Parts: sequence; structure tokens; C-alpha cells
Amino acid sequence: MSSISMEKSASMGLKDLLGYLLDSDKVDSVLTMRRIPETGAWDLALISDSGNLGEAEPLAPVMTVNAGKELSSLSLSGKRIAAVLKPCELRALIERVKREQGSLENVLTISHTCSGVFPLEQAADGSMDELLPKYEKVSSMGEIPSSVRDTCKACQHFIPMDSDILLSAAATQRPGEGCVLYLGSEKAEEALKEFKGNRDDRVFDPSSLDRTAAARKKERDRLFTSMENDCSGLDGLLNVFGKCVGCHGCSRVCPICYCALCDFESMNFDYNLPYFEEHLSRKGALRLPADTVMFHLGRLTHMSFSCVGCGMCSDVCPVGIPVAAVFSRTGERTASLFDYVPGRSLKEEIPVMVFKEEEFSDLG
Amino acid sequence: MNKEFVPRITSFLCKWCSYTGADLAGTSRLQYSTSIIPIQVMCSSRVDPVFLLKAFLSGSDGVLLGGCHPGDCHYETGNYHTRRRFAIVKEVFESLGLESGRLKLSWISASEGPKFARIANEFTEEIKLLGENPARKSIFL
Repeated sequence: MSSISMEKSASMGLKDLLGYLLDSDKVDSVLTMRRIPETGAWDLALISDSGNLGEAEPLAPVMTVNAGKELSSLSLSGKRIAAVLKPCELRALIERVKREQGSLENVLTISHTCSGVFPLEQAADGSMDELLPKYEKVSSMGEIPSSVRDTCKACQHFIPMDSDILLSAAATQRPGEGCVLYLGSEKAEEALKEFKGNRDDRVFDPSSLDRTAAARKKERDRLFTSMENDCSGLDGLLNVFGKCVGCHGCSRVCPICYCALCDFESMNFDYNLPYFEEHLSRKGALRLPADTVMFHLGRLTHMSFSCVGCGMCSDVCPVGIPVAAVFSRTGERTASLFDYVPGRSLKEEIPVMVFKEEEFSDLG
Repeated sequence: MNKEFVPRITSFLCKWCSYTGADLAGTSRLQYSTSIIPIQVMCSSRVDPVFLLKAFLSGSDGVLLGGCHPGDCHYETGNYHTRRRFAIVKEVFESLGLESGRLKLSWISASEGPKFARIANEFTEEIKLLGENPARKSIFL
């Protein structure tokens, strides 16, 4: 496998690559973050005309929607798409492909080392622009920017696991240094055959990010310990989820929650008068909407082992519940029961779809 | 006058093994605790984790899930999936500091009437030690 280096910033190099892919008809469209010039707002955009790439900001530290979720349905269209994905978006895509919600066949995945994304609130109100220079400086030193999502600070998988093209960005790129594309598949070699740049056979060296990894590990331990204290026992559940207004926004934006007929949205939870009366006769009072705590516990049992920790859920919560922190902490434990890492590889099967005859002998 | 605490144990029992085992315990005139509230399901894998959560949050003091022994499932592999799901529910409980001792998975075949009676009594004693489920009184759950 080869590498291509360019005397450009990572962002410019990546835009050149996207332009090349479109102009040389290697792909039909590209999926990238973009900034609308008139309003300054960020969005995720599918672009088929390279003339529209001017507004693209492929490395913007913003996630308006988990791109893996959007891409998975697009990937079934049969069109060839090159997508710039953050590591957790790539893992989300792979989890969805495992659930037959997408395909990697016509997709060229371009991913990069990630320093985290800003909460949507700061991206929307413009305060992110002031914080951006500091974000870049701090992450180039291998430290964690204080302004990113909590789950980003604690994320252990900030290096893409299995992308066609890996770009070293953020923390590994010192100011003034060129950008390097590491090709990781035959598909990438084929697509970039005529792409200009200095060819080499360098391989990405993750040890250049050891400092970041250590800082992330420390932050993860801190976040998980504080969750353990806040969210323990029934009182802890009420403490954390007691504010829930039952909007189900966290599951709508979740890349893993793909069920079109979600149990919690179904008639099963469409309560009627006899239910309320039965509940009142037992407890004497009833909180509405009902079963908000059960909704979160149910989701934890249904999909936590596949949680990629992107943090969309916390970001959209109107009452500020740290959903992502709870899910990444519990998810890490449920996944480790099966030595599973969500989105690591297509070859690893979803834990609840398979079994071994000899396991969990202590149960039952 | 102190009334003795009789737990309420919601029990999901598979039609082919555990429920039939419970039937056998009855027809064999075996004594077992009245705490068991049986619900027949076609297979232990029909029990979505949410069923267990619903029983727990509604105030069941214990939740029992009974299925065929591994390898003996009427539908060949249902109980293997049950076992994985149950392991997940237990882990979720433990990660959130909830009493996972209130959940129990047991393999009871159609011929194991005495085992059913024994499990029912043992689990009842375990639950008595834990006491009443605090969720029973919580209006917010």
C-alpha cells in the first residue's frame, strides 16, 4: 500500500482529492461537511459538481448529523460516493452495513485522525469561530481541546480503523507541514492512480499520537468515574434521566438505532385508560409521558454494545442529559462481554445475532 | 402484627420446557413458594430485554426467565440468543448499580419438576434477603 504526500494543508489537500475524484469520474458524488457562505451555518452535503466544492470544509470539527447514518442509505443507491468521515462516523457506517442498512461496495471511505467536534450550540451561535484557532493549536500539541463534546474528549478510537484512505490531520499535522494520504485498499489505489503528489510507501504511525491517546485515556477514566457516581442505583437513574421529556430525539439521531418500527414508538407504548388506572392503583401517581426511564434502559439493552460514542444524542437533548456518556460507559462494558468493538471490522458479527454453544456457563 | 414479606416474582417460562416443568411440579404435588407469577411464552428468546425491565421497573421483586437447557431448544437455537441477551441486561444493571440479583435465568426441562420447585424456593429466599423492590413505590419509574 502506498502513501501520497502534498505540500498543502490537510484541508486543502483533501479538497484537491475530492475535486480530482469528481473531475476524473472516479465517483459520482462526494459527501463532505460544508459551510453555507450566506449564513455561516454548517451542514453535511452531497456534491456532484466540483464547482460546488468551494464551500466544502471536509475537516470541519462539526457534526450536524452522523454522516455514517446518512451515507448508509445513500450507499444503496448504486451511485459511487466518496465520503469524508470522522472515525466514529466510519464505525457507524460499518455497524449499519452489518445491519443490512448500507453497503461499502460503491463507497470510497476517506477518514482522518480526529480531535473531536464542537457541540452544535457553539457551531450554530458562531462562538466556535473564536475557539477554532485554540482548538487547532491545542490539538497539534497532542492535548484535548476543552471546547469539544464530552464524549469526544473521552473517545479512544480517534484513529480510523478500516478506511480506504486515511488522512493524518489535526494532532499529527504540525503547522506548515504537508498533508499525507495513506491508501489502505485496492479500491483506493485504483481510484488514485493518476492523482498528483509525491508517491511513497509510508505507513501511518499511530505512535505519533501516543500523547493524545494518553490524554484521552485519562479523560475517559474521569468521565466514566463521574458517571458511575452520578448514575448509580434507582436514585442515580432518576438523577440522570429524571429530566427526560420523552422526545426520543436521542434515538432519532442515533446512527445505530435504525429500526423503522422502533418498539418504543409502537402501539406497545401507546397507553390507554386501563393502563393508567392500573398504574395509579399501584403507585398512586404517574409521571407523563410514561416510561421515560425504561426507554433509556431499553435502548441500553438493545444497542449499547454497538454504540460508537459519536455524542449526537447528548448534543440534541433539549434538557441536557449526558446520554452519550452513559451509553459509551455501559456500551463499553456490554461490548466487552463479547470482545466486540463496534465498527472495528465488517467481519465481526453483531453480538446478538450470533452465539457460541459454550459461553456464559455461570448463567442459567 | 408483622406480615411476612412474600416477594412477587414475575416468571417468564418457555412453553416447551420450563412451563411444562412447573406443571410437573404441580401435578407431582411438590410444594413451592407462592411468590412465582408465571407467564407462558413460546420460547425464552421471545422475551425482549424490555419485558424484564418493565417487570423490574413496575415493582416486581424478582424476575425469573426460564428456558430449555442449551442444546435442547424446541426452536434449536432460541435459548442461546436468550443467554446472550440476558448477559447484556445483567451487565447494563451492574453498570448502573441496579440490583442484578433480582434477575435470574434458569434452564429447567419439562421433566425437571423438582428442579423448578427448588429454583422457585431458592430464588424466593434470595429475594427475601434483598427485600422489597424500591421501584414498586417510585412513581417516577
